[in-house]
Amino acid sequence: MEIKEIENLASLCRIDLSEDEKLELLDEMGSILSFIDQVQTVKLDDKKDVVGSLRNVMREDKNPHTEGKYTEAILEEAPKKEGGYFKVKNIL
Amino acid sequence: MKIDTKKLTIREAHSQMLKGDFTACDLAHACLDNINPELNIFIELFDDVLEQAEKADEMFAKKEATLLTGIPMAIKNNICIKGKRTTAGSKILENYKAVYDATVIRKLKAEGVVFIGGTNLDEFAMGSSTENSAYGVTKNPFDETRVPGGSSGGSAVAVATGACLAALGTDTGGSVRQPASFCGVVGMKSTYGVVSRHGAVAVGSSLDQISPFGKVVDDVQIIFDCIKGNDEMDSTSIPDKVYQEAQVERKNKVIGVPKHFVEKGVDEDVLANFYDSVDRLKNNGYEIKEIDLPNLEYALAVYYIIMPAEVSTNLARYDGVRYGFLKEGENLLEDYLKTKGEGFGKEVRRRIMLGTYILSAGYNDAYYNKALALRDVIKKDFEEVFKTVDAVITPTSPTPAFKIGEKSNDPLQMYLSDIFTVSINVVGIPAISVPSGFVKRDEKDLPLGLQIITPEMREDIMFEISENFLGKSA
Repeated sequence: MEIKEIENLASLCRIDLSEDEKLELLDEMGSILSFIDQVQTVKLDDKKDVVGSLRNVMREDKNPHTEGKYTEAILEEAPKKEGGYFKVKNIL
Repeated sequence: MKIDTKKLTIREAHSQMLKGDFTACDLAHACLDNINPELNIFIELFDDVLEQAEKADEMFAKKEATLLTGIPMAIKNNICIKGKRTTAGSKILENYKAVYDATVIRKLKAEGVVFIGGTNLDEFAMGSSTENSAYGVTKNPFDETRVPGGSSGGSAVAVATGACLAALGTDTGGSVRQPASFCGVVGMKSTYGVVSRHGAVAVGSSLDQISPFGKVVDDVQIIFDCIKGNDEMDSTSIPDKVYQEAQVERKNKVIGVPKHFVEKGVDEDVLANFYDSVDRLKNNGYEIKEIDLPNLEYALAVYYIIMPAEVSTNLARYDGVRYGFLKEGENLLEDYLKTKGEGFGKEVRRRIMLGTYILSAGYNDAYYNKALALRDVIKKDFEEVFKTVDAVITPTSPTPAFKIGEKSNDPLQMYLSDIFTVSINVVGIPAISVPSGFVKRDEKDLPLGLQIITPEMREDIMFEISENFLGKSA
């Protein structure tokens, strides 16, 4: 892994990292990845080598609550808000 | 009367409150008096403890009290209690007040439980030592230079020191069982899906379980019985009917020991204590059988693929828009970068980065999909073993409590301290840590734990063996 990859990952997950931390992470990621790489050594039957048995569980979105019932309580926690909405900076 | 909350069990407290020996208010006071501020157990002590206790006393007066009425509990500060600050040990949630009750909290409130406070934890439950909290290090009551284990360290210490009678933690890879073992108390993790995750701050969604701590097995079982059950707010919650149907009769007399696995890299004294435990169970009438779990050695690697992958998706929600900490920049992108960069601690940033890598194009198959496939293989190994044994035992942790700072600069060493507990979350089966004795380090007695693992949905067998193990101990 190279420092460029660390920078790319940091931008993918929207985390601002200092130069020192990038270097530190480069080192640590190396040692963690070489540990988890042991999964590559296991030979699995073709049949087993597919996505595991866990699946998403869905339910109908029924009996919705009254509109606005929780708005105030939820907005109370927002860092910035305006007239019943979350407020963010310009997107475009 | 003087109430010794370090010894008092839930049943004893209940019967004494029924008799009128003391009130729920007296009991709450006794717990509050026991809080040792040196240990840094709580992130937040609730300001309405006595109000809650008065309500519990009213329930006694109206003869509406149940076993849990007036029982003081400490709650890991990543479980939502409406109106209470729920930080998850992170700066990013420093001022976040939960807007709803977790399902487990709703159930405990209905019984009249008294919540003392929110306990310290490794940030977002990521850690094995309660050193990685934005709110300071929690110390082990048996030796204050050592860690209490983690990530639910505060809850374990709260129970061990009598700051409550029981506590809740969350267990994603051993975060209840390992601190229980380091602090000499009982801690369990139920079958995945038995206790609703609704209202617990999500870490590894296919691994997390809210789990109780107690001084004795019975206390843990009482809490478990209250908080378990199907919940439509958790899509992975097991239907009650499926759980009931799994309760087929077994003899529960054969215990498996994965010798090949247990003997690798384990502290000598821990191993000796483990074999003492094996002998104790043998003397109590259990048949001990050596078993092989051939793929168990991959469990830790599988865990450290699945968990960060799930972490990286779960923690994407902390964007400084809807709730929590916001650090502003020049534009929206900079808001995100600064909010996450400053709001998350080092270990959290590390795991998000790792998870993002694991799930990124080109590596997804090699890591994530391979880990999911291996997870099924390890699960099948356990199913195979449970055809011939009723439970499997291991030490809970390969060492007693380690020194504060000892592993904090080496993430991989820290991860290895979870070697015996993570496989249980990977497979989704129940396990409990029960105190198994002490070992001397620097002239101090440090507790050890025995982990008892049972088949899916067979918490009953786990409790039965635990009671037997502790009941007949010297």
